[in-house]
This record gives sequence, structure tokens and C-alpha cells, in this order.
Amino acid sequence: MVSLREAVADLVHDGDSVALEGFTHLIPFAAGHEVIRQRRRDLTLIRMTPDLIYDQMVGMGCASRLVFSWGGNPGVGSLHRFRDAIENGWPSPLEIEEHSHADMAARYQAGASGLPFAVTRGYVGSDLPRYNAKIRTITCPFTAENLTATPAINPDVTAIHAQKADRKGNVLIYGIIGIQKEAALAARKVIVTVEEIVDDLNAPMNSCVLPGWVISAVCVVPGGAHPSYAHGYYKRDNAFCMAWDGISKQRDTFLAWMNRHVLSTRDFAEYQRRIQSSPILISHA
Amino acid sequence: MPEYSPDEIMTVAAARRLHNGMVCFVGIGLPSAAANLARITHAPEVVLIYESGTIGAKPSVLPLSIGDGELAETADTVVSVPEIFRYWLQGGRVDIGFLGAAQIDRFGNINTTVIGGSYEKPRIRLPGAGGAPEIATAAKQVAIIMTQSRRNFVEKLDFVTSSGYSEGSNKTGGTQGRGPTTVITDLCIMNSDPTTNELTLTSLHPGVTAEQVLAATGWNLKVADKLEVTAEPSSAELAALRDLHARTTKAHGTTAIAG
Repeated sequence: MVSLREAVADLVHDGDSVALEGFTHLIPFAAGHEVIRQRRRDLTLIRMTPDLIYDQMVGMGCASRLVFSWGGNPGVGSLHRFRDAIENGWPSPLEIEEHSHADMAARYQAGASGLPFAVTRGYVGSDLPRYNAKIRTITCPFTAENLTATPAINPDVTAIHAQKADRKGNVLIYGIIGIQKEAALAARKVIVTVEEIVDDLNAPMNSCVLPGWVISAVCVVPGGAHPSYAHGYYKRDNAFCMAWDGISKQRDTFLAWMNRHVLSTRDFAEYQRRIQSSPILISHA
Repeated sequence: MPEYSPDEIMTVAAARRLHNGMVCFVGIGLPSAAANLARITHAPEVVLIYESGTIGAKPSVLPLSIGDGELAETADTVVSVPEIFRYWLQGGRVDIGFLGAAQIDRFGNINTTVIGGSYEKPRIRLPGAGGAPEIATAAKQVAIIMTQSRRNFVEKLDFVTSSGYSEGSNKTGGTQGRGPTTVITDLCIMNSDPTTNELTLTSLHPGVTAEQVLAATGWNLKVADKLEVTAEPSSAELAALRDLHARTTKAHGTTAIAG
């Protein structure tokens, strides 16, 4: 168990492939902010739904490449920094590798399973394979059916947020568990931020538990999923997600916000104090 | 009859496609409003599946994202994302997919990827595929719900994200379902022709003319010989829908129908 600052400093390096996962729930915002704070560059960012957290990381110039399957602000609309990067190359050109959800999930599973590729019945009739050379067709050796094959995902680092860990570093995740288990087991190094440390996880049998021995660093960061949510702890900050539309629309308001709330804060706790003391002034356009 | 808006009759007409016992894979936005309206009115036993892994979700307000906590709390079970796509969707357990889109063509192919320019340098970059390519081909059938104009009902898509039918043939190899059998808009209902698979205008919403629909379609839309008129929303359906939106607005401060 270490601080998030130490974990990112030790485990995330320029040029790494990094997956921050959490499917609408338990999005690891604290870990993303720390990567921004430490000014990592040239990352390949992997995420099924690069929502606000990757909008922030892409807009702050952390990434040269993005691997994803749906890039929007859920229920609100566009990700303006993601769009600016793809449409105008700002702040730097962003190479994209685009998949579908079913395929990304299968690719993480293949990565966690020690297989070189994933097999699905994906993309039938879609244009995506024409623009993504990683989406290939294979023939089933038993039925001769055409199926889709895509390479496994094995990130250098996966970061996730979870509800709790015990003192040995075993981690419990519940609610919408998304793709976190697969993303963690597919990675070479794993950072988990948690709401709290407890003596006993009290995890029912068959719970989603990641044993401490598959995790590189456990960091206690209460509220570390904000503005996403942590089931049983706090709700999604929908007002923030709507306000993000206005904050991120222009480059200067985006940079000013990131500077005040992330670059000039020491850690996530200070970010949270700033958020609470300065209610969002830019209204949802 | 009560007054209603074009959006309301679209949502009600889509909701009526669902029945007790059907398993519906729900996209966010208009499809989610329609699916939940069905569940709180005539089809309380419809099974709603969201791609976040919630099976049998029964939310009291419309979710802002497909992973809102209430979906998990009210679900029969919550499974992982790989499981929802592999065992439940690809496994052939979904009766109908409810999808929205930015663009559609005459064969029910849909685009949620880019508008204008090229793929590499688009004029407008949209969110992308999400779960749609596999919902479109693995659900036993698909209903597409979207407001209609010449801008989004187009002769040629800028990008085929999720497939409907290919021209002049049946489905391309490998699809498991029957594809987009129905498109429900704020003006009308279209069904895919059983022989040619081309979308055909089959029902006009009350007060809408065929000319209006043709003017709002970017291709030469086929019109059924026998055109029906969509049944108006009942007072009960409208009251349920408006209550749902009012509860949602109160909960999120939004109507939760955007993208």
C-alpha cells in the first residue's frame, strides 16, 4: 500500500500503454488526474468508454494513441477535447484504434487468459474493419464459419477504482463490475485505488475479488471515482458531467479548469476541496 | 383525445413493440425512454438488458448513462461486460435490440461514427460503435428509434457503423438475427420489406402526410399499398411517459434523452 503519487511515479512511464477501466461506475478519476499531474506523455490510452477522464487526459496532451469503443459524455453529448484532438490534432495529433464494446471486452478477456487473440461474431457488415487492420477474419476449423479475430489487450498498466481493500491488499468490487477484473488480469502492472481499507472484506462467496498478489499497488483515495460513482458510497455527480460540456467546449476554459483543479492541486483530496469550495460557475450550454 | 408531441407519439409507438416476456437490449436515450415506458405500462414483465451488465433492470427514472446505480439496484442480476455481450447477446438470448443512430439508410444500416470529411479527418466525430454493431446483428430483431429529417435519413451513409441489410441480397453471412425490422420516427413507422429488405413506409402518425415523410427522407422512400395510421397515444400512456420524464428531470436535472 502506497500513495497514489508514488504508485504512478513508479509504475506509469512515458510511452506506456495504460488502461483506466470502470464501465460508467468506479471510473478511476484520481489515478487519471495523477497521471496528468505527473505530466506523462506519449501514452497509448486504452478504455472502452473514454468519457470525461480521457477527455481530460487527451486534452492535457498525455496521449499519442487512443484505443476505444465509445467516446462520448453519457447522456450529455460530445467529448469536446476528444473531438478537438481527432478533428484538429489539438493539443497534439491523436492516432485512434476503434473497436466495438463486445470486441474490446473479448480482447481484455483474451489478454487475461494468456491467448494471443479474441474471437467474436463481431462487426458483420460494419465499415470498422476497413479502417482498423487489427480486425481480421478467421475461419472456424470445426464449422468453417467466418468469425472475427482481434489481438488480445495486455496493457503495461491497468488502473481501476474499487470500494474496499483489506489489510493484505485483497480488493472487493461490487455493483456494475464492468471489465475491471479482465483489464486488471490482462495487465503487466495493476494500480487499484479504493474508498477505504477494512479489517475484513466480508465478501460473499462468488464476489468479484482481486487477490492482493495480482495487484502492484493499492492506494486509499476516498471519493477517487468522482464525478463517477462508487456504489454504496456516493452517487454519480450528474451536475458535474453536464457542466463539463461547458467547461471543455473551449480550449482556454478547459486549460484554466485543469490548471486550477488538477495541475495546481497536490492530490485528489485537494482537488475535492477545490471542487466543493468553487461550485461550477460555467453553466451547461 | 389528449394533445401530444411528435416525440411523445414516437416513444409510445416504439414502446408498443415490446410485450411481456420479451428480452430487450436497450440503447441509451430515446430507446431507453420507450423501453421503460413499455415496462411501466402494458409490459411489466418485459426484460430490459443494458450493456453495463444489468439484466432485468427496473429503474424508476431514466438513466443518464447506461451504468447508473439504479439499474444495478433494480436488476435481477448484474453481470460483467464480457458476460453480457458473450453469453446474453451473442448467445442468442435477446429478442429485440432498441437502438438510436445519427444517420440511417434505406436498408437500416446506421452510422454513429463520423459525419462529413473522411474517417481519418471527419467534420464531426461522433462517439462511435459502443455495443451497436453486435446488437444490430445478434438480437433476433432490431427496432431503430430516431427523429426524422433529410439530414439523417440519407441516400448514402458517411460510415456504416452497424449493419442492416445489404442492397439486393439477404443479410451478409454471420448475422444471427433478422436485422432492423422496424424504424420508428416522430413522423411515421417504417418496416423492412420481407422480400427486398428495403424500408417501407407503413404507418403515418395522425395528422402527418406521406408527402411530409417523403420530404423528410433523403432517398426515394417506398410506400406501402395500404398505409395505416398510427394509433394515438392513450391518456394513460401519455400520463406515464410524462411522469417518467418529470421524475427523471427531478433526479438528474435533465430529460436524459440526449445522445
